[in-house]
Amino acid sequence: MNEQELISKDILGYLEQHQQKELLRFVSVGSVDDGKSTLIGRLLHDTHGIYEDQLSAVKRASHRAGVEIDFSLFTDGLKAEREQGITIDVAYRYFSTTKRKFIIADTPGHVQYTRNMATGASTANVAIILIDARLGVLQQSRRHAYIASLLGIPHLFVCVNKMDLEGYSRSKFEQIRTEFQHFVAGLGFKGVRFTPISALLGDNVVHRSESMPWYDGGTLLEHLENVPIASDWNHEDFRFPVQYVLRPDLNYRGFAGALASGVVKKGDAVMVLPSQRTSKIVAIDSFDGEKERAFAPMSVTLRLADEIDISRGDMLVHPHNLPHAAQRFETMLVWLSERPLDRQKSYLLKHTTQVVRAEIADVSYVMDLETLKQTPAARFELNDIGRATVTCHRPVYFDAYQKNRGTGAFILIDSLTNNTVAAGMILESELSSDEDDERGPSSLERPRTQVSPDERSERLGQKGATVWLTGLPASGKSAIAFALERRLFDLKRLAMVIDPDDGLSRGVQPDGSSPAQTPELARRCTDAGLLAIFAYASPLRADRDTIRDSVGADRFVEIHVTTSLELRKKRDKRGVYGPGPLRVSEEAPKQPDAIVLLDGSDPEEVAQQIVAVLVKRGLLPSLYAL
Amino acid sequence: MQAVDASPERALDLKLSHLRQLEAESIHIIREVAAEFDNPVMMYSIGKDSSVMVQLARKAFHPGKLPFPLLHIDTTWKFREMIEFRDKFCKEHGFNLIVHTNQQGLEENINPFDHGSSKYTTIMKTHALLQALHNGGYDAAFGGARRDEERSRAKERIYSFRDRYGQWDPKNQRPELWNLYNGKITKGESIRAFPLSNWTELDIWLYIYLENIPIVPLYFAKERPVVERSGTLLMVDDERFPLKPGEKPRMEMVRFRTLGCYPLTGALPSTATTLPDIIREMLLTKYSERQGRLIDFDEEGSMETKKREGYF
Ligand SMILES: Nc1nc2c(ncn2[C@@H]2O[C@H](COP(=O)(O)OP(=O)(O)O)[C@@H](O)[C@H]2O)c(=O)[nH]1
Repeated sequence: MNEQELISKDILGYLEQHQQKELLRFVSVGSVDDGKSTLIGRLLHDTHGIYEDQLSAVKRASHRAGVEIDFSLFTDGLKAEREQGITIDVAYRYFSTTKRKFIIADTPGHVQYTRNMATGASTANVAIILIDARLGVLQQSRRHAYIASLLGIPHLFVCVNKMDLEGYSRSKFEQIRTEFQHFVAGLGFKGVRFTPISALLGDNVVHRSESMPWYDGGTLLEHLENVPIASDWNHEDFRFPVQYVLRPDLNYRGFAGALASGVVKKGDAVMVLPSQRTSKIVAIDSFDGEKERAFAPMSVTLRLADEIDISRGDMLVHPHNLPHAAQRFETMLVWLSERPLDRQKSYLLKHTTQVVRAEIADVSYVMDLETLKQTPAARFELNDIGRATVTCHRPVYFDAYQKNRGTGAFILIDSLTNNTVAAGMILESELSSDEDDERGPSSLERPRTQVSPDERSERLGQKGATVWLTGLPASGKSAIAFALERRLFDLKRLAMVIDPDDGLSRGVQPDGSSPAQTPELARRCTDAGLLAIFAYASPLRADRDTIRDSVGADRFVEIHVTTSLELRKKRDKRGVYGPGPLRVSEEAPKQPDAIVLLDGSDPEEVAQQIVAVLVKRGLLPSLYAL
Repeated sequence: MQAVDASPERALDLKLSHLRQLEAESIHIIREVAAEFDNPVMMYSIGKDSSVMVQLARKAFHPGKLPFPLLHIDTTWKFREMIEFRDKFCKEHGFNLIVHTNQQGLEENINPFDHGSSKYTTIMKTHALLQALHNGGYDAAFGGARRDEERSRAKERIYSFRDRYGQWDPKNQRPELWNLYNGKITKGESIRAFPLSNWTELDIWLYIYLENIPIVPLYFAKERPVVERSGTLLMVDDERFPLKPGEKPRMEMVRFRTLGCYPLTGALPSTATTLPDIIREMLLTKYSERQGRLIDFDEEGSMETKKREGYF
């Protein structure tokens, strides 16, 4: 009996059948014009996943364009995108057959594509990659397969599309298959299948093709209906991240959550992480009654024999099968945000049901997605994929992503914008479990700032910089410094003077060199987002170079104050310039940003000259030039 | 509590049916929102999707009570049977039900007959909803929307972000990977959470059937007083329905595929009086369910416009 008949004649039989269906998620990827939209439209259409009114709307639109049915029209998205004729975000579609319900993550192959594909791939059982038979295996196809394997999709289905345009040629298909099979063999898929199709005409999509009698490998839909997926879940390692503690009354304490992996049975001994306390499961509760056992991905409520303090973010496991515990681990990251990685900043890391602070200090490499080679890099930008070390402020309980998608995955959140900026997959740890243990909370690195210079600078709305005034005693550095500070403040900038004559003379050397910790101080002030104005004589070039290195040349502005000896003598209040022989000298800067002097101008005018320099250096907006 | 499920352990047995998997995911989402937000609320529209959503919420916190109130936006033009059902259902389960009506709209007698469906919906539904969410200071509101309902919903996130004015910006939504939802918001912002995102209309009906979930009787065919207006059958639910001269309601066997305000909800001629009948009819007719909701025909992509304004 076909489905239609079953529905009309035996609806109860139909309902019975449909309650037993499985759920399969797949992501469909391909380059622009490979026929992805057409394929999805075809699948929906041929499995009756499209309602009559939608069908007639699409037919009307297709007729206007002169074709019977443009299948790609079934899957267009938001209004703005429709107008631009492109899809730029992951869209989810649904259809079902008697065997399975399917969720399609439809990911566009445009600019945002790595981010979108990673999103769609994160939960998929199957990746469908389209290859245009005329074009053969492209670099894009390899890239798609790589990302699919990185995100741990177990099954890969390769559809060689537009076979109708290649005369349904067997040799063409075999050639593409041989080439691509060779490439994907090393990517670790559980299974790879190749199907020659015509999405446009429907060959081997839902119905077998009459034009390719040489092919007997089953249609795409048959593959989708039959690929074994129950074992895609990790059912070996019991991991239960506590999501919510249920305490409706004093007698009931249940720990609600979804099993990330594994199986748990009533009576099992369990360990609570991080406390490492052990107990026994006395009940697995659900609204529909107690259960003897539960397995991933069920949502249940566990009750324990002992009163142990447990809260959200803790994890229940079997004591003989523990996850890794570490604060530092190696990961692959997919960068999702337009803001690049800031290695000095701390992010929020969400892993299972807990959120911890984390930094990404070491980037090992970024994948060159053209060549699929590792290239050295200092940071991640939007759509980058690469390897990095993550350091968390508390230990995280995890398994390698390749073994356990539930406890190996995390996202990074920017605590300033609240955006999700990266998706992470934890790599197999090189640490033995003993080492894991040693890395307890005691091994925490020294506390350090969790606010990065970029964040501060964004908050203040200005870039930090060190303005270093160098020049012989009594040349007017302090006067210029305070005039500059006032001027900047009036321009709504935050500036501050560090002047030895202003209570900061301790540690100043007899020759006017600044104290030993000045390079560090200058960096701090600049990191804080301040325009820090230093007024030390600093006659030695090496000292000034040290400060430049500490602050960073792009944030360091060197101003040489060269007021004439005559005027210096006049301004001299400490008797540096006589009577007697001259006791001061300096190594003049080789390339100062500006040379200024007080002969003929007052400190306010000099301050304005320095403002112009700051504008030129990009440290102040250009509207302050005058 | 029911009997313990004592099926013997078999490796191949570790399979969840699609409905149980959808159920588990929805429960996970509901618990996650309840855990991460300070003041959530669940939109309760009395329809079949809401009924499923509330059932899932009960499952999520069993044996405890729902840790959030239900919110119903009452336009005062809902079917009478819906209100009866709502009050009985909430009382029976001890839910904390909040009912909100846009008082100003009420005073100005904004109604679908005189003001047109678009203006009426904006004032009595969208504005009312924003008022209610604002008054309650809710930082998360559960909605029963599904991605298969309408094309523009296909890209909707499970956590959908709204700015401090309750507005939705399609460009400013966060990527969602795995089941790791990012619930970080700034004070004043909020999210709408859609635990039924991955359910289809068929899934909803199958689940109602499987779980025996009570639904408003209007979903079942019965003789009801209707008039025909431009090809749509409208039920004359009370005396506020302005009949045209000579127009007389006639009794017909009809049911409703979606429920909303009676003057805006078309009835289907039908003889389906049981759940299997309804499911059969749905599968054989294959008309998408929004056809019964008149608001969508005002303009192409209208759902999206409404969403930007804050409608669910
Ligand atoms: N002849 C032929 N054309 C196809 C086939 N599949 C897709 N096309 C055409 O290829 C073009 C791009 O298809 P579309 O589905 O929009 O590609 P997408 O960018 O990958 O979504 C359209 O003009 C389709 O009609 C096929 O199997 N055979």
